[in-house]
Amino acid sequence: MSILDASIRELHTKIRRKEIKPSELAEAAIRRIEETDEQIKAYLTVTAEQAIEHAKKLDKLPEGELPLLYGIPGAIKDNMCTEGVKTTCASRILANYIPPYTATAVKKLEEQEYVLVGKTNMDEFAMGSSNENSAFFPTKNPWDPDRVPGGSSGGSAATVAAGQVPFSLGSDTGGSIRQPASYCGVVGMKPTYGLVSRFGLVAFASSLDQIGPFARNVEDTAIVLQAIAGYDKLDSTSANVEIPDYLSALTGDIKGLRIAMPKEYFAEGLDPEVAERVKEAIKLLESQGATVEEVTLPHTKYAIACYYLIAPAEASSNLARYDGVRYGVRAEDAENLIDMYKKTRAQGFGPEVKRRIMLGTYALSSGYYDAYYLRAQKVRTLIKQDFDKVFEKFDVVVSPTAPTVAFKAGEKVNDPMTMYLNDIFTIPVNLAGLPGISVPCGLAQGMPVGLQIIGKAFDESTVLKVAHAYEQQANLNLRPALVGGVRA
Amino acid sequence: MSITTKDVAHVANLARLALSDNEMEQFTEQLNKILQHAEELQKLDLQDVEPTSHVLPMENVMREDESRVWLTNEQALANAPDKDAGQFRVPAVMEG
Repeated sequence: MSILDASIRELHTKIRRKEIKPSELAEAAIRRIEETDEQIKAYLTVTAEQAIEHAKKLDKLPEGELPLLYGIPGAIKDNMCTEGVKTTCASRILANYIPPYTATAVKKLEEQEYVLVGKTNMDEFAMGSSNENSAFFPTKNPWDPDRVPGGSSGGSAATVAAGQVPFSLGSDTGGSIRQPASYCGVVGMKPTYGLVSRFGLVAFASSLDQIGPFARNVEDTAIVLQAIAGYDKLDSTSANVEIPDYLSALTGDIKGLRIAMPKEYFAEGLDPEVAERVKEAIKLLESQGATVEEVTLPHTKYAIACYYLIAPAEASSNLARYDGVRYGVRAEDAENLIDMYKKTRAQGFGPEVKRRIMLGTYALSSGYYDAYYLRAQKVRTLIKQDFDKVFEKFDVVVSPTAPTVAFKAGEKVNDPMTMYLNDIFTIPVNLAGLPGISVPCGLAQGMPVGLQIIGKAFDESTVLKVAHAYEQQANLNLRPALVGGVRA
Repeated sequence: MSITTKDVAHVANLARLALSDNEMEQFTEQLNKILQHAEELQKLDLQDVEPTSHVLPMENVMREDESRVWLTNEQALANAPDKDAGQFRVPAVMEG
C-alpha cells in the first residue's frame, strides 16, 4: 500500500507527528506519476523539480498549528493560471502560455502550503464530456484504459483515481467535475456559483463556470473546499457570504432530512444497472432516517438545449480574446490583421471549440438572438424555479450523476449531440447555480457509478453531510485494479 | 429553421475563424442537428418569463479611483508573439 493511499487527514497527522516529511510525500507522488502516467496520461505538465524543491523547504515545520493541506501534493486543471507554470487549457492556441499571475483558488491552496505536482489534462477550454478533445492527447480511465475518464476535468479525476495525488482541482460548467468523478470512482464537488473565486480561471461560460475539488473521500473534499471557498474582490461575481465550517457538518447523522428524488432523472435513457446502484444508495440514506419522496422537475428535458445555447454564446464572447496579439500562438504568413486573426484562430482551436464558437456566434447574431439566446435564458429561469420549488420542502435532491458508466473512447466523438445528452443530470445544476457532489455508489459493468447530491445555494454543508453519511454507511472504498483495487 | 453553408460562412466571418470547405460542410450538418434539438424550446410559452443571465443578484462593483499595481509592462508583454519598444506588434491595419 502506497503512502498516497492515505487520506489528507491521515497524511496531515503523519506530517505533524514528523512520521513523514513533505519532501518524501512529494517524491512518492512524482514517482507514482512516473510509474503510471504513461498509461493514464493525466498530466500535461509535471512540475517534479519545483515540487520537490518546495516540499524540501516545508520539511522544517513551522511553530504552531499546521494548515490541513500543509505539504500535501495536489494537481490543478490546466485552465487555472499558475504563475510561472505553463497553462495551456489543452489548446494549441495557448501551447506556450506562461501566466504572470496565479488564480485565487490556487493561491488559497498555496497559502496552506500545498505542493503543486502538475497541471492536468482536460478537454480544450473545458469543452467536452470525455477528455478526448484535448489538443495534445486523451486521458485514459484508470479503471479501464479503453474508456474515457469523462470530461472536461478528466485529468484531475483520473490522477486522484490512479492514486497519484490525494486531491486536485477541476472546473465545472455543465458537469465537468461531477461526471468525471462518477466515471473514475472518486468524489467531485461543484460548489454554488460564486462560492469559489473564478479569478485566474480561463473563462469558458462565465455565468456557469465554477472551480471545485476532487478527492478520494468526502472529508478530503470538504477540506479542500474549505481552503478555496470565500469572497474575492478580484472576481466581481464572487459572493460575499460567510463560509461555514464544512468539516463540522460531517456528523453522519441525517435523521429527519428530507430527500427529493426527481422522476425525470430516473426515466428513459438511464442504464438499468446504474439506476439500480443509485436506488440502492438512496435506500441506504432512507435506512439512516432520512425521508425520501418522488418529486418533479418538469423543465429538465429542456436543460440541454438551454445549456447548448447559453454556454456557447458566452464561450464565443470569452474566446474572442484569442487573436494572436497579446499571448498565445500567432499564425505566420498572414496578409493583414484580419487574416492574422482568422488564421490564428483556425490553426489554434480544435473542432469542438470551433463548433461552439460557431454555435454561440450564430445564437447571438442579429435576427437569432431572440429566438435562441434570449429564449434559452428564459428557460433557464424555469429550470431554476423548478429547483426553488422543490427546495421549499426538501433539503437535498438526489440522482444519478450520469446516465451510464464511462463510455468507450471514440464512441461518441463524431456525434456531438449524443455526447451532449450525456450531461442531462448535471447541466440543470449549473443553470440554477446550485452546489452538487458526485460520490461513488458501486459498480455497473465493472465501472464506477456516481450518486449526485444537489443542495440549496450556499448549503454545501448539507450536501457534504449527506454524501459523508452515505459514504460511511456504504463503506465501498472502490479502487481500480491499477492501484491494487477491484479488477475492472 | 435550417442553417446553410452560406450562413456558416457568414458566422465564421463574424467569429474571425477561417474554415476549410470540409469544416464548412461538417459544421453545417452538426449545427443543424444541434439547432434542431434547440427547437424544443420553441414549444414553451415564455410570454411572462423573465430571462436569467446570472443566478445571483447582481450589483455593480465599484472601486475607488486609485492607481494600483497590477502587471508590469514587461509581464504584460512576456507572452506576446511579437513585440516592439514595449508594445504589441501586429500587421499593418491600414495599407499605405
